[in-house]
Amino acid sequence: MDWQLPEYNLQMMLPEIFLFLWALVVFTFDLLTKRKTGSAVGYLSLVGLLVTGFILSITGYGRGFSTMFFNDPIALFFKIIFLGAAFLAIASSFGITKQKIVNHRGEFFGLILFSTVGMMFLASSNELLSLYIGLELTTIPLFVLAAFFKDDKLSVEAGIKYFVVGAFSSALLVYGISFLYGLSGTTDLVQMKINIALTHLTFKNIGVILVLAVVLVIAGIGYKLALPPFHQWVPDVYEGSPTPIAAFLSVGSKAAGLVAFAKIFLNGLSAFYGPEMAPNDWGKLTGLLACLAMIVGNVLAIRQSNIKRMLGYSSIAQAGYIMIGMVAMNELGLASVGFYMFAYLFANMGAFGVVAIFEDKTGSCQISSYSGLSRTSPMLSVSLTIFLLSLVGIPPLAGFLAKYYVFASAIKLASSNPSYNWMYWLVGIGLITAVFSLYYYANVIKNMYFAAEPSVYRVNFSAPAMSVIVIGLVGVFLFGLYPEPILRFASDIPLSFGLVPR
Amino acid sequence: MEFPFLSSVVFVPLAGMVVVMLIPKQNVLAIRWTSVIFSLFPMLVSFWLTWDYFFNHAGSAAMAYVEGPYNWIPSLNIQYYLGVDGISVPMLFLTGLLTTVSLLASFNIENRVKEYFAFFLLLEAGMMGVFVALDFFLFYVFWEVMLVPMYFLIGVWGGPRKEYAAIKFFLYTLFGSLFMLVSILILYFTSEPHTLNMMTLIDICPTMSHSLQMVCFIFFFIAFAIKVPVWPFHTWLPDAHVEAPTAVSVILAGVLLKMGTYAMLRISWPMFPGALRTLSFWIAVLGAIGIIYGALVSMAQKDLKKLVAYSSVSHMGFCMLALAAFSSVTAIAGCMFQMVSHGLITGAMFLLVGVLYDRAHTREIAAFGGLGVKIPVYTGIMVLFSMASLGLPGMSGFVSEFMVFVGSFGALNKVLVAICVLGVVLGATYILRMVQNIFLGEFDLARWGGLTEINLREIISVAPLAVLTIAIGVYPKPLSMLMSATLENLVTLMAR
Repeated sequence: MDWQLPEYNLQMMLPEIFLFLWALVVFTFDLLTKRKTGSAVGYLSLVGLLVTGFILSITGYGRGFSTMFFNDPIALFFKIIFLGAAFLAIASSFGITKQKIVNHRGEFFGLILFSTVGMMFLASSNELLSLYIGLELTTIPLFVLAAFFKDDKLSVEAGIKYFVVGAFSSALLVYGISFLYGLSGTTDLVQMKINIALTHLTFKNIGVILVLAVVLVIAGIGYKLALPPFHQWVPDVYEGSPTPIAAFLSVGSKAAGLVAFAKIFLNGLSAFYGPEMAPNDWGKLTGLLACLAMIVGNVLAIRQSNIKRMLGYSSIAQAGYIMIGMVAMNELGLASVGFYMFAYLFANMGAFGVVAIFEDKTGSCQISSYSGLSRTSPMLSVSLTIFLLSLVGIPPLAGFLAKYYVFASAIKLASSNPSYNWMYWLVGIGLITAVFSLYYYANVIKNMYFAAEPSVYRVNFSAPAMSVIVIGLVGVFLFGLYPEPILRFASDIPLSFGLVPR
Repeated sequence: MEFPFLSSVVFVPLAGMVVVMLIPKQNVLAIRWTSVIFSLFPMLVSFWLTWDYFFNHAGSAAMAYVEGPYNWIPSLNIQYYLGVDGISVPMLFLTGLLTTVSLLASFNIENRVKEYFAFFLLLEAGMMGVFVALDFFLFYVFWEVMLVPMYFLIGVWGGPRKEYAAIKFFLYTLFGSLFMLVSILILYFTSEPHTLNMMTLIDICPTMSHSLQMVCFIFFFIAFAIKVPVWPFHTWLPDAHVEAPTAVSVILAGVLLKMGTYAMLRISWPMFPGALRTLSFWIAVLGAIGIIYGALVSMAQKDLKKLVAYSSVSHMGFCMLALAAFSSVTAIAGCMFQMVSHGLITGAMFLLVGVLYDRAHTREIAAFGGLGVKIPVYTGIMVLFSMASLGLPGMSGFVSEFMVFVGSFGALNKVLVAICVLGVVLGATYILRMVQNIFLGEFDLARWGGLTEINLREIISVAPLAVLTIAIGVYPKPLSMLMSATLENLVTLMAR
């Protein structure tokens, strides 16, 4: 057998390599200047992200390390989301770093960059082990970041909780991966797709091992995505960790989980999707989790009095909506997952950005303390209102088009193939819980606008914080009113899975 | 290219909103007049459109002043497509007129003036958009956009239970709209090639399977019935009306409720004639229940505004009854007449209730008595609209109710229609009892001695409504000619 040296094609990994080095620079810069850099280190990280984005844009499509590292449409699309999430998270942490973590700014920003490198690596990897490594590199910095307020009991609790749950879920995932390897003899996802299908055809039915593997992997990734019943860590971690980190968790780490899910299931296990493959099919099981996510997230969010916990539950629910597109598994569904995540990036980072600004000023995250805010800080209130309405899905904001797209993919599948009638249930539950979601989002709006007394707080904000809000608003409006370019881009995502768009 | 009239009635108020937001909030006078001026433009355009449509386009059922279809989001086949015909022109007229009237009536808003007028103009843009959109996605966008300012208008400037009323309105309507969204998506994927163009869908939908038609029809019906509101979906209405500030009640009763019946005529009725035939009896039953129930509940009301609110449920019941009699042009025309005349009459009633409330700070019917002595002009105007509301011949209410009954008597179960006629009698009961309690009888000089007469600004705001009510009542022919070609075409579409 000919042994061929794999083609490294290192330049494909250039954005990751650059960002990794830049993170080291950020770390050392803060140390070398004896922690006197002030906000400069934050701006330094922002510049690094922008440069990475630029390098990413010139790198383009391609692959490296033989078949391990793919720069395909899904990788490119999600890398943009990761960079965006990191950018907005860092831009909204200027207040918090100035007040509470003066002496560890380098670590704070550097760890965010490391986590971003992990996400980007994950999005490109096409092989189970590197995918797993990417996921670990994503989450381990986040454990530290969640516990960054050392003196705050809630923050430490958040760190520990996230660490225990994260380690446990990684173990489940690795266990599942080991079964997949045992079944297919390979960790390469494309090869695995073929091998498992061959095994299935040869032995007629693979049996219980595959069921076990599917369940373990879904559980492992379910923890990362916070799909119920694997969601219990979310509210405490969101409440305790620094607000920009909660925002980063809710967008960046969620998008990473989505990519991992898409890679493993829509690529490696795509043959075992439909009901004809029962009991090995993963489609219905995931659909069930999506339903649970929408119900649990939206119902429990109603009772929250802390806005970070509320947004935590809302992010669980939003993951449920995104999973509808994933479960639909047609070319529309994959594109809708991308677009939904994109719209969610702007709305959710924007909302968290406002929460962070408000918290920096007042130290409170209670929804009731937003009372009367529209009278004293009208810009902030209008922005938060628009972000929340986009999360509900009110047109013409981007969040509406995202929901529309996701539901469209589900209805397309259900109306074209009668054995997927259960997708209608998914849509139905999605719609009814969307009405629930209006209630708790509107509760914040009600506090800001309907109170008779003006708020005691007058919140002004710094330039980086302002940029978060402006970017969020532009995104929410632009991609609601003129989404065509991004929709085109998103409709390439299915190509990564061998599905021809449209 | 022709001037884009329809886009302008949507986007000029939107531009107005932006301008109003740029004015410093201390400059209350400028804010008020700027918003009135920005609402005058769509009003005048809607008047001109009505005039021009009447003389140049009323002969055919085709869409007039069409803009588009332009590609908006080509990946999803979403288009920007506007047009009007005989059923949307009267609605545009009503919207243009009532918005300006309500803005004039809002000059007594003292609190957070800038936000109020900005939201009001956004509301107008949404309403206008609903009546001109011919693409489903666009229609849905306008339909939803309008909820947000309405939520704020009730929630910020409303009465004591404003928060409850505002969120109830928002939740109910959103709940309904989401059903509409599912239907839209089902239609999109069932149609071949996939389209969201309403005109194309009206052509293809009747060929779909009966069960699919039934599902879509019912989903659309839920969405629109909540808006009308049809019994049993009406419970948001009294709360919203009672808590909303006067001008917002006018818009609610005058325009928002009509959006439900308009959408039925525009969308679900011609698209699903098969399902309509199956369900028409039950729709008529819902209409009849609405008529009788609304009237009976009105009779029991102690609050004047709540009385008018429940009378809306009853009056919109007539529309539903007429819509159930889809085979009769007279009945459908009656429905349109009822929509217009209810918009005028109830809009004016809410204005007048507001006038009284501003002075007396109560709306309790029993608190008043003999006001005819003290404020004769107000009494005269109020009695005029009360008579119109109960269907006195010579006013628009009579014409519309008469047409509804004539049309539906031939097309529907006669016993049912006969029961509905009873609603007119009940209507007379609660209206007359209200007039008697407030304006006749003993005058309480100690309590109401300081009551002032209706002022000029308020008279100016109700005067056009009074003129139109009488004009349509005396000479309804122009309005019916305006709509006749469109309605005949609609009835043929529904008979497929």
